[in-house]
Amino acid sequence: MNTPLLSIQDLRKSFGALKVTDGVTLDVPAGELHAVIGPNGAGKTTLIHQLSGSLASDSGTIHFDGDEVSRLTMPERVRRGMARSFQITSILSGFTVLENAAMAVQARSGSSFRFFGRAGAERRLNDEAMAALDRVGLVDRAERRAGSLSHGEKRQLEMAIALATGPKLLLLDEPLAGTGHEESAALVALIAALKETHTIVLIEHDMEAVFQLADRVSVLVYGRVIATGTPEAVRNDPQVRAAYLGDETEAA
Amino acid sequence: MSASEAAGRPVDQVQTPAKRGRLFGPGRRLAAIVIFAALALLPLVANLIGDPFLVVTATRIMVFALAALSLDLLIGFGAMVSFGHAAFLGIGAYAVAILASHGVEDILVQTVVAVAAASLFAFVTGAISLKTKGVYFIMITLAFGQMAYFFMVSLSAYGGDDGITLDRRSTLLGSRLLSDDIALFYALLAVLVLAYLGLTRLIGSRFGRVIRGTRENPARMQAIGFEPFRFQLTAYVIAGAIAAVAGVFLANQAEFVSPAYMSWQRSGELIVMVVVGGMGTLIGPVAGAIAFLLLEDWLAAFSEHWKLGLGVLLILLVLFGRGGLAGLARRLTGGGRA
Ligand SMILES: Nc1ncnc2c1ncn2[C@@H]1O[C@H](COP(=O)(O)OP(=O)(O)O)[C@@H](O)[C@H]1O
Ligand SMILES: [Mg+2]
Repeated sequence: MNTPLLSIQDLRKSFGALKVTDGVTLDVPAGELHAVIGPNGAGKTTLIHQLSGSLASDSGTIHFDGDEVSRLTMPERVRRGMARSFQITSILSGFTVLENAAMAVQARSGSSFRFFGRAGAERRLNDEAMAALDRVGLVDRAERRAGSLSHGEKRQLEMAIALATGPKLLLLDEPLAGTGHEESAALVALIAALKETHTIVLIEHDMEAVFQLADRVSVLVYGRVIATGTPEAVRNDPQVRAAYLGDETEAA
Repeated sequence: MSASEAAGRPVDQVQTPAKRGRLFGPGRRLAAIVIFAALALLPLVANLIGDPFLVVTATRIMVFALAALSLDLLIGFGAMVSFGHAAFLGIGAYAVAILASHGVEDILVQTVVAVAAASLFAFVTGAISLKTKGVYFIMITLAFGQMAYFFMVSLSAYGGDDGITLDRRSTLLGSRLLSDDIALFYALLAVLVLAYLGLTRLIGSRFGRVIRGTRENPARMQAIGFEPFRFQLTAYVIAGAIAAVAGVFLANQAEFVSPAYMSWQRSGELIVMVVVGGMGTLIGPVAGAIAFLLLEDWLAAFSEHWKLGLGVLLILLVLFGRGGLAGLARRLTGGGRA
């Protein structure tokens, strides 16, 4: 069997006395869409921070594509092919949509210590950026100021930026957060399409979307993975029902 | 928030497509042409009205315009509010004075040494300062500026607190050309225009784009693979080096160098010039320097409490003049994204 693309071993993180990531162990083979679900405050975003490198782990290891990346900085991990999207939209509002994506292409295309040529006129950067925008359906918005996009479009741009880094693995933190019904349907279709080309760790609150998209699901509660398996198996796991899904379905 | 939003532009205008890669609109270019052309003609005007002192004043103004221009790279484009920028001005000026006192009078050699010394100082202090953010960055750059100030105060071999008077101006490849006020004026104008054009290119380059992106959203820039620190530090060194060149001219214009050039008040004035002129516009800070120094002269002629008047004007400008002089010009002309 191949080694998994992403392998997490006994990952831990505490904020003071609060154990937010409490011994997470997880393997994600290449090509899988692995959903991580769990109630608010379960530590899902923290886990993404640790995986992407914006937050140092207290202990445990992360292997990506065969190498240990636990001690690498975020930019180093991005260069190896790990890209993240943010739960709270994080784009360059004052730049055009195209430049948001082109900046991500620039980050991996030669030196950025170039002081004279006009970056905005670099064909190769713009072409690759356009390809990323095309995948998320934002080509006709390319020349808009990113800050002027609708919320749903900003969520699409989040993903285009991640794609433009040329990743092997996408870490998507609640990509549907705050979107309306139609917007979220479009984003689900987009993620389904990305699944064909990328390995994805998907954090999502929307259960319908998760069960539709995921190959496997892990349930995170108080920083521990209490169950991992196919959507079907997880849905029927009594522990999960008690801890999490039960409340959800009752609340819904 | 963009300048156009700050100016209360209607939303539909904000949403119109921005021109690809066009950072500086026609308004700014026009302002630059007008300002530089006016400066170029100034010695003729001074000659016509028989006031040679005008050239001396204008030379002094251009020194600070050059320093403010370089500071705009940090404040306006990099969101690095440096409160110690006058230190670089001083380093440049002292490079001239110290080298001259040892017989090295050529301005090219002095400039190379000034730029090297300023770059080194910027590299070391920038590397430390850039580990901090926001108000801490302001305070630590202020502290380094004061350190440089007190270092020169204590250096009695080179005049200490009193400063040193230069015997004469620098030479250029052996000639005494720069002893002529008008020659010095045009040499500095050439450097100023060159710095303006160079920085305009730089802002639109790959490097400039990373700096601007980092100003807007450092977390995003890291998440796509950039290490902002290296770029910010490079910008800090570039800005320091340019300010040192301004210092070389300051020493030549005044034929005198003292620690006062490096005082925190001077650094504060440079910030004021950038903010008053309109940060992130490059030509704005040039206009800001002109306005500031003219106003200073004018108010000083009125009363010894001119700093109070200047303060009041500044507050008015901050309250009513978003975007500085550049913003004001934009609103007056009703221009688009200048
Ligand atoms: N920087 C921090 N300092 C202290 N506590 C934090 C920090 N970040 C997150 N937490 C806490 O960690 C817990 C998990 O947060 P988070 O990872 O955002 O959860 P989720 O994304 O699953 O909703 C929450 O209780 C949150 O308050
Ligand atoms: Mg979260």
